[in-house]
Amino acid sequence: MSAIANSIFSPETAARFDKLVTLYPVKRSALIPMLLYAQDEVGYVSDAVVHEIAARLDLFDLDVRGVLSYYSMLRTKPAGKYNVQVCTNISCMLRGGYEILDHCKAKLGIGHKEVTADKLFSLEEVECIGACCWAPAMQVNYDFHENLTTVKVDEILADYAAGRGKDVK
Amino acid sequence: MPTLVSHPDEVKIISRRFGAGAADIEKYLELDGYKAVQKAIESGPEWVINEMKASGLRGRGGAGFPTGMKWSFVPKVSEKPKYVLVNGDESEPGTCKDHVIFLHDPHAVIEGTMIAGLAIGAKMGFIYLRGEYRYLLKVVEKAVADAYAKGFLGKNIFGKEGVDFDIVTQTGAGAYEVGEESALMESLEGKRGVPRIKPPFPAVVGLYGGPTVINNAETIASAPHILLMGGAEYAKVGSERNGGTRLFGISGHVERPGVYELPMGYNLKKAIYEVAGGVKGGRKLKAVVPGGSSCPVLKADELDVGLDFDQMGKAGTMLGSGGIVVLDETVSIVEFALRTIKFYQHESCGWCIPCREGTDWLKKTLTRFYNGYGNKKDINNIQYLAENMMGRTFCPLGDAAAMPTLGFIKKFREEFEEYLEGHRTEKALITTEELIGAAH
Repeated sequence: MSAIANSIFSPETAARFDKLVTLYPVKRSALIPMLLYAQDEVGYVSDAVVHEIAARLDLFDLDVRGVLSYYSMLRTKPAGKYNVQVCTNISCMLRGGYEILDHCKAKLGIGHKEVTADKLFSLEEVECIGACCWAPAMQVNYDFHENLTTVKVDEILADYAAGRGKDVK
Repeated sequence: MPTLVSHPDEVKIISRRFGAGAADIEKYLELDGYKAVQKAIESGPEWVINEMKASGLRGRGGAGFPTGMKWSFVPKVSEKPKYVLVNGDESEPGTCKDHVIFLHDPHAVIEGTMIAGLAIGAKMGFIYLRGEYRYLLKVVEKAVADAYAKGFLGKNIFGKEGVDFDIVTQTGAGAYEVGEESALMESLEGKRGVPRIKPPFPAVVGLYGGPTVINNAETIASAPHILLMGGAEYAKVGSERNGGTRLFGISGHVERPGVYELPMGYNLKKAIYEVAGGVKGGRKLKAVVPGGSSCPVLKADELDVGLDFDQMGKAGTMLGSGGIVVLDETVSIVEFALRTIKFYQHESCGWCIPCREGTDWLKKTLTRFYNGYGNKKDINNIQYLAENMMGRTFCPLGDAAAMPTLGFIKKFREEFEEYLEGHRTEKALITTEELIGAAH
């Protein structure tokens, strides 16, 4: 068991963190996985998350913030329950990635890195997500959706809005 | 879920278990799984390295360094523990081959990691996936847990006294730069993913200061197949000095995009027109980016070339990561060049000035040019900027941004010049707010 008092995470996540630090030859190696799991649970990397993870890894808050600011998937503000990430990089661009992004903007009524008023969806234009051969593609949380058309996007968003979408975390 | 494709010209070695349910350990065992690693334990490290050398396998991440040789560089005796690090941080635009391996054959990556570990004398391996592949991490984590449950990982593996091997899996959190081997080590150590100065090379001073072998996921997943079929037999499948097959991701304007396994040296034109079904909608082909977005572009009349490291080099481009991106006649090269450089500017870690400033100025100049406010001097300036980035950075990201830019200017200068004639875009690819950093 960790000597750090668990204040913000669920017992499952706290137990996962206790295990994570034992896996690596150096404790600090668990930092990026911990930030991701914390974000999955809290919704974003809050000041409290930074502070507790720093304590768990014997780091300064600043060490954690230095890493946090480097990686594009880590965020310091809440996203929507479903974070829609549309790829517009070259393979997706060639097969209509920008049309998909514009369609999402219009459908959700929000722009890049914005959140809908009901906090259900957020939208991001992202760089290559490694689905080039199934372009255009997007991710909702960590679930991939490929070979998109605007009709397919409507169906996917409707599924999430109705609670039928896969919520991969 | 990515759709699997196939074509009669494929030689299915690494992909032979795709679609067969081999993520399940029982199915993997049915399909010769974990036989190669047991053979490696019985035959010893020297045999493994010799087979890998005989196979002619060259790194599938992009650089194409001979794998057997890389493994042999690791010192036999080391005070510090040795490690195997699998680079699954697949982030090069146009590339999605490792995605399919992790999804359909995760045990091949695990078995390959164990083989590399036995070859160099490491007792621990790491499989590092890109952050966006969190759903694949679950697949790989389950496979690792199943291997532990069977006694294939941990202490005294396969019941052999003193033969220990552990594997830890994790993802990054979104950074193309982390695909560079030394940046990957920094990231795994819980730091910002910026490159280290070389030498020392990872084979001598790598992860946690110990000797480390870093290989691309496809390279590692090839190892069990090579040991089962024999290095010499594997080499026969490919072309001269380029052993075996490789997974090519063909995307963009083709009828049947997908990941295909073709022998090294397979003709690029044939790969596009026959394997991937030709240009989408019967339109004319304009250009091809042959090995991921960092590779210099080829024009439609330059495609009669073999897909291997040497032939692509002779053709003035690179095989890279095997991500073939096909552009039809409707594509504006100016727009494509801008989208390419936007990526590299976004992903530059900022560690060295030629890359940080170079990619930024390239993006600014190309944006202005694309939006219709360019002038003739810009074309030479873009070339000058790119030329001055080449070879001047710690890691190859600077080159990766400069090489395609130079290719676009060299091969399509006329199109850039024509673009100046009163061209104005209806819609900016990059807004002024984004450009000056006022957007998020």
